[in-house]
Amino acid sequence: MILEAIGLRMGFTGVKALDGVNFHLRRGEIHALMGENGAGKSTLIKCLTGVYQPDSGQLLLAGEPYRPSSPQHATELGISTVYQEINLAPNLSVAENICLGREPRGPFGIRWKEVRQRAKAALARLQIELDVNAPLGSISVAHQQLVAIARALDVSCQALILDEPTSSLDRNEVDQLFEVLRRLKSEGMGILFVTHFLDQVYAISDRITVLRNGRLVGEFVTSELPKLDLVSHMIGRSASELEAPLAPRSLSAGSTFMSVEKMSGSRSTQDVSFEVSPGEVVGLAGLLGSGRTETLRMIYGIDPIQSGSIQFGNRRRSKLNLQTAIKEGLGLCPEDRKSEGILPDLSVRENLMLVVQNRRGWWRRLSRKEQQETVSNFINRLQIATPDADRPIQFLSGGNQQKVLLARWLAANPKLLLLDEPTRGIDVGAKFEISNLIESLRQGGMSFLFVSSELEEVFRSSNKVLVLRDRRMVGELTGDEIDQNRIMGMIAGNPE
Amino acid sequence: MNSRQLPPYLWTIALLLAVFIFNAAFSPGFFTIEWRDGRLFGSLVDIVNRAVPVLLLSLGMTLVIATKGVDLSVGAVMAICGAVAACLIAHPQGSLLKDFQVESLAGIIAAALLVAVVCGLFNGLLVAKIKVQPIVATLLLMVTGRGIAQLLTNGQIVVFEHPEFQALGSGSWFGLPSPIWIFMLSFVLIGLLVHGTAFGKLAAATGSNETAARYAGVKVDSIKVWVYVICAVCAGIAGLIGAADIKAADSNNAGLYLELDAILAVAVGGTAMAGGKFTLVGSVIGAILMQALTTTILTRGVGAETTSILKAVVVVAVCLLQSPAFRESYRRILGLGRAQA
Repeated sequence: MILEAIGLRMGFTGVKALDGVNFHLRRGEIHALMGENGAGKSTLIKCLTGVYQPDSGQLLLAGEPYRPSSPQHATELGISTVYQEINLAPNLSVAENICLGREPRGPFGIRWKEVRQRAKAALARLQIELDVNAPLGSISVAHQQLVAIARALDVSCQALILDEPTSSLDRNEVDQLFEVLRRLKSEGMGILFVTHFLDQVYAISDRITVLRNGRLVGEFVTSELPKLDLVSHMIGRSASELEAPLAPRSLSAGSTFMSVEKMSGSRSTQDVSFEVSPGEVVGLAGLLGSGRTETLRMIYGIDPIQSGSIQFGNRRRSKLNLQTAIKEGLGLCPEDRKSEGILPDLSVRENLMLVVQNRRGWWRRLSRKEQQETVSNFINRLQIATPDADRPIQFLSGGNQQKVLLARWLAANPKLLLLDEPTRGIDVGAKFEISNLIESLRQGGMSFLFVSSELEEVFRSSNKVLVLRDRRMVGELTGDEIDQNRIMGMIAGNPE
Repeated sequence: MNSRQLPPYLWTIALLLAVFIFNAAFSPGFFTIEWRDGRLFGSLVDIVNRAVPVLLLSLGMTLVIATKGVDLSVGAVMAICGAVAACLIAHPQGSLLKDFQVESLAGIIAAALLVAVVCGLFNGLLVAKIKVQPIVATLLLMVTGRGIAQLLTNGQIVVFEHPEFQALGSGSWFGLPSPIWIFMLSFVLIGLLVHGTAFGKLAAATGSNETAARYAGVKVDSIKVWVYVICAVCAGIAGLIGAADIKAADSNNAGLYLELDAILAVAVGGTAMAGGKFTLVGSVIGAILMQALTTTILTRGVGAETTSILKAVVVVAVCLLQSPAFRESYRRILGLGRAQA
């Protein structure tokens, strides 16, 4: 055993990010950490590496209790982390990056010769050849990733944590990385590997730990866990299997509000085709990184469409910008509410009324009374917990912020609302409330595109389900075809 | 329970009062305002009158800062607009504008402010469309603006005679100096624009989280262009008052460093430099505080060279008092318990 966590608990305002999680990393193994959005993967890593201090629980390093006070401290203890985004300096040379912050010094400053030698040695250990004098920015992303790993190994390292190291690599580059990881494993290192590509998990890992909603689902030996079971562990369904779907499975064929035809974007989802009718909820199922968010971003005019088109009524568009999308009656509740959703300094009321006010035009200000009416209506309906509507939204808990963002669009009554993880991080009661609200608005003729990491929600609310895998649309299910096992099979890539 | 907070400029008001009381202690007639020759005279009137250029600049600057921007070019825009007005009146030798025949007061003002609008569009389009960082975009006009003003005046200080125009700077209407009236009118108009419509809210939304505002459909680009245009027009008005006051356009010195005073006034008034939260009233109080300090130092016979140091001390003091982290720590030191979140 090299790294252990026992009964780890960690909470943020109102949300339990980790709830009694156990984790074991052995010497000479590659261990995959799996889970959907909000499962607690990154919180667990941050607790292990000293970014967060857990509320309770024990951390053991080679059997001895330890408490890293900072990432630096964790590195000194022998736990190195390579993050998804490469946190290195692209304008410095490969050698400088590898030794950054721990350059060997002599009486005349940094001993550059030794820096280069150390960098060469670190790269040689990974059996990669690179010009150590080249600026980091001039080499490929894959090599940059390997340099980041070489830097992590430059200190005496017992446990290596890789947070989605392959998300920006192509197939050959992934193979190269895996070869390096296998070599490190044979040297006895413990490697924790986070990814959302199932194939890669099966290609490289020995064991899998699955988290869901901050809880440990279990630790499994990779070779003994069928893919389908892994998906069902990640997505979870047991509790709600009996819950009847809210939305009717077949709608009487009516008009089409929007039809998407063979839409693809560069570095985005490929080959998406589907139709949305008024009063229809279309669920997007797929794992994190399968292209759910990217699809919504293209439809909303944020990311450019490279080929294919979207048709509203009889207007066919192969280019779409955000203002046009909004004029066509679209709205988006983005996934990352902090950076794309809330206006932190503004009050709950101002946040909630933003879309309505903007649609009226800036010169026709909503009176305080009109605002108050809508706001108190939504505060009651969605049970938004706030002392009053004039409190800055940044002081609300995440779940309540989410409800305000949802209300922001619902108040404006769009024709088609794109919901990206609308229930992430909010309590069960409110989730149910939101599902019911969606259903009643749907009956009123509003359409939804609904993305959720929780399959049961997609299952419960959708009239139609699109399945995405590896940034590609792999199927469309309607009516009685909507079946959790079937969806999971498609997500896992099993032939039917 | 109502969580509407106290205005952020309480400390600014407190400091302003402290400066006034300090003055009153040394010169007993400080608060006296007399009616002489059909107009008001007194130190307070004088302070506000002298503060007008910075007051005008800080109105526009508040809106720019609310959108997370900054406008360094306002001093240069003052110089340009003063030069335009002076050249239209005096037709100096070699001036680019010597052939333009504009005689009426309204024509002169309109021409100068039109130039200000162009300056504002230049800044705004650079920031909103070409996505140049505001500090860099407006630095361009800050540096080139004085050159443009010199081109207009052919490098001379243009002295002019135009009684009607001069009245903008040194006249008085209904007992108050005309600059104060011009400022009050601008304040009311901008106040109506910002709070009477939703413009202020959308500008604050843009500054608070631009991506979120854009996704909600707010046309953040045009809002940004507008705030830079408004800011430049405010600077243009200030430039006209400045030129009218000295009956001349001095391209090198008109409005010199006033952009910094305006930014200080906005910061001291409690507008968040990171955008999102702004207060026009706070900026007004901030600008008056800055001028009150300058006047105090000069009338106390302390050398003018210490002015900037004292201003700096006051700015630091106000910023510290407004900082939640600082307030938390002195509450702890004084044993007053934790502040409510």
